[in-house]
Amino acid sequence: MRNISAIYFKELKSFFNSPMAYIFLVIFSLINGYFFTQTFFLINQSDLRSLFNIIPLVFLFFIPAVTMGLIAWEKNSGTIEIMATLPVKDSEFVLGKYFSGLTLILVGIGFTLVHFITLASVGTNIDYGAVLCGYFGIMLLGAFYSSIGLFASSVTENQVVAFIIAISVVIVFYLLDKILIFTPAALTGILQYISVEYHLSNISRGVVDSRNIIYFLSMIWMFLSLTIRVVEIRKWR
Amino acid sequence: MIRVENLVKNYGDVKAVRGIDFEVNDGEILGFLGENGAGKSTTLKIITSFLSPTSGNVYVNDLNIQDHSLEIRKQIGYLPELNPLYMDMRVFDLLEFSARVRNIEGKAFKQSMARVIEQCGLNGVVHKRVSDLSKGYKQRLGIATAIIHDPKILILDEPVTGLDPNQIVEIRELIKSLGQEKMVIISSHILHEIEATVDRIIIIHAGEIVANGTSEELMSGFHGKTQLTLEVKNASSDSIQKLADTFPEIILTKMEPVNGNHLVMMEYDKNSDPRESIFNFATDKGWILLEMSLQKAQLEDIFRKLTIDGGADA
Repeated sequence: MRNISAIYFKELKSFFNSPMAYIFLVIFSLINGYFFTQTFFLINQSDLRSLFNIIPLVFLFFIPAVTMGLIAWEKNSGTIEIMATLPVKDSEFVLGKYFSGLTLILVGIGFTLVHFITLASVGTNIDYGAVLCGYFGIMLLGAFYSSIGLFASSVTENQVVAFIIAISVVIVFYLLDKILIFTPAALTGILQYISVEYHLSNISRGVVDSRNIIYFLSMIWMFLSLTIRVVEIRKWR
Repeated sequence: MIRVENLVKNYGDVKAVRGIDFEVNDGEILGFLGENGAGKSTTLKIITSFLSPTSGNVYVNDLNIQDHSLEIRKQIGYLPELNPLYMDMRVFDLLEFSARVRNIEGKAFKQSMARVIEQCGLNGVVHKRVSDLSKGYKQRLGIATAIIHDPKILILDEPVTGLDPNQIVEIRELIKSLGQEKMVIISSHILHEIEATVDRIIIIHAGEIVANGTSEELMSGFHGKTQLTLEVKNASSDSIQKLADTFPEIILTKMEPVNGNHLVMMEYDKNSDPRESIFNFATDKGWILLEMSLQKAQLEDIFRKLTIDGGADA
């Protein structure tokens, strides 16, 4: 646990010592702010739904960008050799990295609270439960995409390659729900269950079902385990 | 103590290390020498648990690296080749991370930080970014992160490569002072960089150990020639040839006129010493000896011979 926190804080310091974190947070906020305010004054409704619809789309690009360097850069610069020869387990290394990337994304989500505050101060009849569920959903989504991004970062030492792999995998999970009409009927049920939209929309609607939570947690667990395995393989190449 | 047993490492079809055995004792400074690609770094990477061996084993204080990797890593301080550092961190933060990840907390943390900053001479740069440091300071920082937990075993992979001569001397002094209480393994592909620092030398070539011993032992086992250079005045080519005929142990390798004098190079077996005879011969013939200089077989020659010929006749 102590090792995880040492790596976690080291990563966070790296994020905030470089322009990376600031660029991410500013652009992430600008994009979300633009799409939120665009419809906000249009239809005279106090609604965060447009925000919760745009964030999954923004995540498609932003999360791979945040996570692409987490492990790939260590490999590229050779610092993985320092990390791997410290008395740190591969799982601690991966978890420390994961939580640091996730933290940056949660901070980004935190910045969108400004829209919620606007809403709460000018709006009426706010459905706090729906807002809460919406936030819960995108946090789970961020955690899921981060695990994919970290996995992509572990399989290559090239950040651009990691970025492309991460986007490709994330897009598959994102689009799966939208291509169901083209798939054979026998597979539809399974594919729908795998697609992220199916589970996210349930949570966003305010239905917090354990099935949806288990889906996200098991997906995160799977990608983190894969990442740990990939990091271990290094020794045997 | 480190014991390496029949260590083999293949990268696909490439055999990087082909079954090497050696031991390093506590308190010893070992020089690990070889050309680039000879298998030095691979061996060190296996000892430090970065890579796993294809076969064979390494024991560190009787713990083997396969089963006790974590415990072994706690006992070792390691400076990898090319000294990779987190460039976007500050020196203090990097040292702090190295300490935290080795469970150094509270009072011990302050003491360790003060000790390595003092030992490695990092006083003026603690709040600088790592990327802003000079190469010499980066090297010191690399060593500082490796010794923050005061390890019994210190492994430095090419610690002085790429430094300027002054920095080499500084790092060498630092290593020497660390070596007074620790086992140190230093690798290098340039012999004279580490010759002065180490107690014992292992020369590795194409994945195999070709020599193992103190520099004196390596020298005594080496069947090399001693070279002698003469510059003589008032001598003719014929009379110089006669010198070689008179003393059969001398082999003339070069003779050329320089500014009206003769420059003569010769070699002889290192166990014979015909210099006195040469001097007497010269005075008999009325030569004036302007220069007589001896080039003893250097450790460098041994290294070159072993790593070019594969140690066939050493």
